[in-house]
Amino acid sequence: MWTSVLIAVVVLLALAVVFGGLLGFAAERFRVEGNPLVDEIDALLPQTQCGQCGYPGCRPYAESIADGGPINKCPPGGEGTIKALADLLDVEPEPLDAEHGVEQVKRVAVIREDECIGCTKCIQACPVDAILGAAKHMHTVIESECTGCDLCVDPCPVDCIDMVTVEPDIRSWTWTPPRPGVIATDRQGASA
Amino acid sequence: MTQLWDFSGGIHPAEHKEISTARPIRAAGLPERLVLPLQQHIGEPTEALVAVGDRVLKGQKIADVPSGTGVPVHAPTSGVIESIADLPVPHPSGMTDRCLVLKPDGEDRWQSRQPIPDYRSLDRDQVLQVIRDAGIAGMGGAGFPTNIKLRPPRDRKVGTLILNGAECEPYITADDMTMREKADRVVAGLKIMAWILRPERCVIGIEDNKPEAIAALRQAIEGTQTEIAVIPTKYPSGGEKQLIQILTGMEVPSGGIPADIGVMCQNIGTAVAVANAVLDGSPLISRVVTITGDAVRQPGNFEALIGTPIEYLLEQAEVDQSAVSRLVLGGPMMGYTLTTEAVPVVKTTNCVIAATAEELPAPPPEQPCIRCGQCAEACPMELLPQQLFWHAKATEFEKAEHLNLFDCIECGACSYVCPSSIPLVQYYRFAKGEIRIQRAEQIKADRARERFEARQARLEREQQEKELRRKERAQAAAEAQAKKAAEAEKAAESSEAGDERAAKAALVEQALARKKAKAEAARPEEPAQAPAEEAPDIEALEKQLTQARAKLETMQGMLDEAKAQQADNVDKLERAVAKNHDRVQRAEAALSEAKQSQAGQQAESQTTQ
Repeated sequence: MWTSVLIAVVVLLALAVVFGGLLGFAAERFRVEGNPLVDEIDALLPQTQCGQCGYPGCRPYAESIADGGPINKCPPGGEGTIKALADLLDVEPEPLDAEHGVEQVKRVAVIREDECIGCTKCIQACPVDAILGAAKHMHTVIESECTGCDLCVDPCPVDCIDMVTVEPDIRSWTWTPPRPGVIATDRQGASA
Repeated sequence: MTQLWDFSGGIHPAEHKEISTARPIRAAGLPERLVLPLQQHIGEPTEALVAVGDRVLKGQKIADVPSGTGVPVHAPTSGVIESIADLPVPHPSGMTDRCLVLKPDGEDRWQSRQPIPDYRSLDRDQVLQVIRDAGIAGMGGAGFPTNIKLRPPRDRKVGTLILNGAECEPYITADDMTMREKADRVVAGLKIMAWILRPERCVIGIEDNKPEAIAALRQAIEGTQTEIAVIPTKYPSGGEKQLIQILTGMEVPSGGIPADIGVMCQNIGTAVAVANAVLDGSPLISRVVTITGDAVRQPGNFEALIGTPIEYLLEQAEVDQSAVSRLVLGGPMMGYTLTTEAVPVVKTTNCVIAATAEELPAPPPEQPCIRCGQCAEACPMELLPQQLFWHAKATEFEKAEHLNLFDCIECGACSYVCPSSIPLVQYYRFAKGEIRIQRAEQIKADRARERFEARQARLEREQQEKELRRKERAQAAAEAQAKKAAEAEKAAESSEAGDERAAKAALVEQALARKKAKAEAARPEEPAQAPAEEAPDIEALEKQLTQARAKLETMQGMLDEAKAQQADNVDKLERAVAKNHDRVQRAEAALSEAKQSQAGQQAESQTTQ
């Protein structure tokens, strides 16, 4: 009788050792570097790198969200980003915190080139290297790379940078949703 | 008899084709102005090759794509480029786009053309180039550059070439009339395409509601291996994927192209354009357009130059402006309402319907979905229109995408059967557009992130380099210092030139001390003698000592003089001495150290003094 108890104990111990070893190995071998949640959050942020959230870039903000920070500090992303973040983190979406700014239509920076004195201040301010130019030479914005973050506007000593709203053209146009029509009985009522 | 398959769903809307088939194709003639949009195809917009005021010949290339996907635009007649401006173009948005405006001179003078009747002697790539240079883009509606379509990926062999003559959409008869009147051209174009692709099978698919076209084509294909497949009339059998399914029984995979299953579909109009380009050397400068609807008195098909304003064509068809309630470009199922008559005919324009209010009444208001499921039965792509509608309406685009929203061909069969008159297709188009915008924004955000990270990395690297340089400089300075100290030490040890300097410095200091103490002039001689006693063991030092002594005497003379004069010299000397004081002290320290480490007698002699 004791032998069978012994056998059982030995077998269980052996199993415990084997699986413990396996788990330990797996924990070492497949260790995840960094917080994968930060990457997922970062992927949802608009990457304007504008700093309106109070963090020096989108990634630091993503890190703060991953640490449980508020998700409503990103004006460029607006409601859409907040909704996506709420979905990802399984929390209730909150309205955009107006303290950090309001949601605006898409804009790009445009330098009035004849007024540019070539001070390179905006080049240093641009978080995505979207401004071209050299000292004492005219600068210009690469429109396709501009995120519309506004960061170049303040440093300009001659105020020659405008934020221009991107107008939809025939190539960026898309269908609008059908207007919710009045139901038939309502229409009859309205026309009567 | 060709074996036929069927596709699921489909509808049988009223055809209304007889309105426009009563008259033969008429030449539309020369309008006052031709408006040529720079983009009439899928891909990159073209760039104008001419300037305002330039005189162009018929068939001259006036705009081309510098790089990327696209086909050139040609002058449809000879004339002068009047302006290059943003004008309304046929587009559901009703927006403007860059257009060339050509004022015809009425001469209709061709530029020199190069027909290639024996195209078989050429390389296939050369013929494809001819097709590209002729500006041919799919004329069925999408406008995809034909030369690219005719060059399927290397690993995809096209086994079946299908010529799409189904023309299933109500009202439109452009392909029908083309087949009736230009059957030979259609077959010639098909032969060229077949020669390029080398398929095992060539099929012309025609709906059974076009008996005249079938008869004409039967005659034209006499002696060739081309098949004519007469398919039952059902909308949308003319859809590329549906026609392929009918004729081959195979389905184009989701997200794939027909070439993936070894099939290619080409439009009737495209075949004619290819024949014109290769056999006549004429670029695509005109096309057949159906002008129909109850509001025109002379409906029919027109051979219209590309760029002809719709307005002009409507006049030709004797439109009753007062009766027109809606102007539809394309068919009633997939077309869209035009906001202006000023838009021109482009390469993809196949039909204009000037409809009266009774003919195409305003859509009744949308009512709630009753989940009847008729849309799912009608869907030729076997999608779930109802679910797609819910998700699109709720802007849950991801879910709609999961239900294969992008497989929707926007045929409108679901909207047609919907008893609640829900504009389903518009919801799908809206959802597709939003998803495309989101994707584009995601790509842009990813690029912005990449650029941001690259910039951060660069700034960090620059910082590190700066730090490295600073460290290097500090190290170099430390090394120089150490070297100097070592040299001083070495000099003290080996008593080279450094010792001389040290001795001199010592002398100067002693002189100063003497001066300060106002002692006798003879006294400095004692310390001067001291080095002589210090270094009796080193011969070289002795030599230098004699030199130093000589220098000491001159120095003493100078000092005496200075003292006697009581002039600025003393001040200067003092200042110089004060400046050198540190150095002298260091040398002294080194000297004393060296001396201590050296023979004891030297040390003794020093201490005694």
